[in-house]
Amino acid sequence: MTAALSVRNLRVEIPTRRGVLTAIDDLSFDIAPGEVLGVVGESGAGKSITGSAIIGLLDPPGRVAGGEILLSGERIDNLSPSAMRQIRGKRIGMIFQDPLTSLNPLYRIGDQLTETILTHEAISAKAAAEKAERLLVEVGIPAAGTRMSSYPHQFSGGMRQRVVIALALAADPELVIADEPTTALDVSVQAQIIALIKRLCKDRGTSVMLITHDMGVIAETADRVCVLYAGRLAEIGAVRDVVKRAQHPYTHGLMAAIPSLIDDPNEKLEQIPGSMPRLGAIPAGCAFNPRCTYRFGRCMRERPGIYPVGASDASCFLHDASGEAPPAAVVRNAIDAGIDVRASEGAEP
Amino acid sequence: MSVEALSRPRPAHDGTDAPLVEIVGLGRTFDLSKRWLNRVLEGSGKVTLTAVDGVDMSIRRGETYALVGESGSGKSTIAKMVVGLLPPSAGSVRIDGVDIWKELGGAEQRQIRRRIQMIFQDPFASLNPRWRVGSIIEEPIKAFDLITDKRERENRVGELLSLVGLDPRDAGKFPHEFSGGQRQRIAIARALSSSPEFIVCDEPTSALDVSVQAQVLNLLRDLQERLGLTYLFISHNLAVVRHVANRVGVLYLGRLVEEAPARTLFSDPQHPYTKMLLDSVPDIDMTGRERTPIAGEIPNPVNPPPGCHFHPRCPLRFEPCDKVRPPLKEYGQSRAACHALEEGRVSAHRD
Ligand SMILES: Nc1ncnc2c1ncn2[C@@H]1O[C@H](COP(=O)(O)OP(=O)(O)O)[C@@H](O)[C@H]1O
Ligand SMILES: Nc1ncnc2c1ncn2[C@@H]1O[C@H](COP(=O)(O)OP(=O)(O)O)[C@@H](O)[C@H]1O
Ligand code: SF4
Ligand SMILES: [Mg+2]
Ligand SMILES: [Mg+2]
Repeated sequence: MTAALSVRNLRVEIPTRRGVLTAIDDLSFDIAPGEVLGVVGESGAGKSITGSAIIGLLDPPGRVAGGEILLSGERIDNLSPSAMRQIRGKRIGMIFQDPLTSLNPLYRIGDQLTETILTHEAISAKAAAEKAERLLVEVGIPAAGTRMSSYPHQFSGGMRQRVVIALALAADPELVIADEPTTALDVSVQAQIIALIKRLCKDRGTSVMLITHDMGVIAETADRVCVLYAGRLAEIGAVRDVVKRAQHPYTHGLMAAIPSLIDDPNEKLEQIPGSMPRLGAIPAGCAFNPRCTYRFGRCMRERPGIYPVGASDASCFLHDASGEAPPAAVVRNAIDAGIDVRASEGAEP
Repeated sequence: MSVEALSRPRPAHDGTDAPLVEIVGLGRTFDLSKRWLNRVLEGSGKVTLTAVDGVDMSIRRGETYALVGESGSGKSTIAKMVVGLLPPSAGSVRIDGVDIWKELGGAEQRQIRRRIQMIFQDPFASLNPRWRVGSIIEEPIKAFDLITDKRERENRVGELLSLVGLDPRDAGKFPHEFSGGQRQRIAIARALSSSPEFIVCDEPTSALDVSVQAQVLNLLRDLQERLGLTYLFISHNLAVVRHVANRVGVLYLGRLVEEAPARTLFSDPQHPYTKMLLDSVPDIDMTGRERTPIAGEIPNPVNPPPGCHFHPRCPLRFEPCDKVRPPLKEYGQSRAACHALEEGRVSAHRD
């Protein structure tokens, strides 16, 4: 089956006065039709830049410097700006953290929706208005008929985000990219919005790329998760595997550092020392190596590839069956922690 | 990874049972009206917002009391009144028996203020970018005249930096040279410099990434054990609260709706709001769960619903709920403000 979205070896560069920064470095992932892929990582990991690169809206001077982006098998990274404008809204719907970035404050909600539908569909204005109202009902706007003539500022934050969801789905896109769609909302409203995005996209078979720093949101919403670290893929796999059997030392540490509502509160929360490097200061070898308890010789010199481990893929030498093997003590520690080391064990140091 | 335990802090007992902090009937309103002349010209009336409304709570020595609530529920306003930054409109805050808002002799007031410090959410905004780290940390020492000798003060700053896991040589650097987590360590060192007993932490890890959040939570717990600190820990993150608190108070639109020992609150919540909040928080250990999000949104605080503020969103509401404010009453180890609980319409304890 052709992936709804396929990102292959994506490289995004940002030229600055002090040199060219590599914001995304050799990133590949697929999203299957109807699948929800969560994209997680700490702030600055490159989540938003990845989303912007896909929709062709990188802030200058950022640029796609390598790789391919395919939407249902067709390349879209080399399209003209006007062809890309056609794809945005029609084939890729977008939901951002701040609903006001997607809504024009001076237009009535109903007009904005109707106009979007008319841009992408050859139907009468009346049919478009009816569809707009049906969408507002579907996203849970009370009294949708009368609310059509309200302006964005007349809605609460949660209601506005519902309108944005209606707008994103108005042209029945094959992919929705949602960048931190609930981060600005109250906890009790977050759950409503997540449930809504999940239900509507499931009903329509729409694929979703859900970008968030909140692992709880991902755990409850995504089918698969892609973990980014310093602009590189750390691990990708099914949500249960990544949360419960993380294979990359970074993901492993991240999951253990997140307090939960049902774990034992007396159990230790692990901490990862240090913090993610800035783009200009990514260390040689594995980007995570200065913070990693398992690092060994080659981690400081070579950049790990992507290695299969169980049903996941992880970018860590512990899973590389060829090349320099980790010392026996490292292998033992990793196995004790629940990492399925695939590298053969080296000699005792 | 360095595996420092983050287990529940144990309250340090010093023999006395009197609470360190006693808050009675605390309230704060804000005047949102336009200026008087505009009001007259535009015919608009006076608008007041009640940010905090009759909050009673007490914090024991050595414990971590956590206040949770969604944004706008009044957490930061309470924090500011408790540390002495914002005068209350009603009620009192007593620290070790002394009312911090009553006119006191200057010396007594200063002595009390020295014993209270605060850590803010945003480690970027709370540190003066033009000051070196050393000056930032020693500022409270100077303000309270604690150490007059310059060399001695520098030594103390070095000790404090080591205490929070930084290098004494960092004193000569500027805040922008540090990451978010390191800046929060600097803010903690500053808060500790006047040797306080009580620290109010307002969302201390909300601006940090999770891998760094665990470092700061571990540090706070470690310092509590070593220095016998008492914390008022404010957060909107229930999972974090569950990991740090001994007792938890839940705020909704400026009112305390429930208070209980942490264990009890999370295993046996009483108030319908607490129950629904616990059910709606996205959680890493609950992949694929089906749930019922709370209906509706937080109402406008300028015009909160009458009676119980939660009634428009409450599945248990009945006659008195939209008329009478429910009093905070005891149910086993918990206190909760709910008419349905009061009338026994829901079995208070799950046993
Ligand atoms: N115009 C720019 N100039 C320099 N660096 C940038 C620019 N835009 C983004 N970055 C950097 O790119 C990295 C990735 O950013 P972003 O994708 O927004 O991260 P995330 O969404 O994961 O928090 C960050 O380190 C950010 O500072
Ligand atoms: N200085 C102020 N002037 C007017 N309203 C304020 C002021 N400070 C806070 N508020 C209002 O008081 C309520 C409580 O705010 P706050 O204590 O900051 O809540 P929290 O910290 O729980 O998010 C909010 O509705 C907020 O808008
Ligand atoms: S490659 Fe090495 S440094 Fe990187 S995560 Fe794996 S063990 Fe750690
Ligand atoms: Mg982002
Ligand atoms: Mg606040």
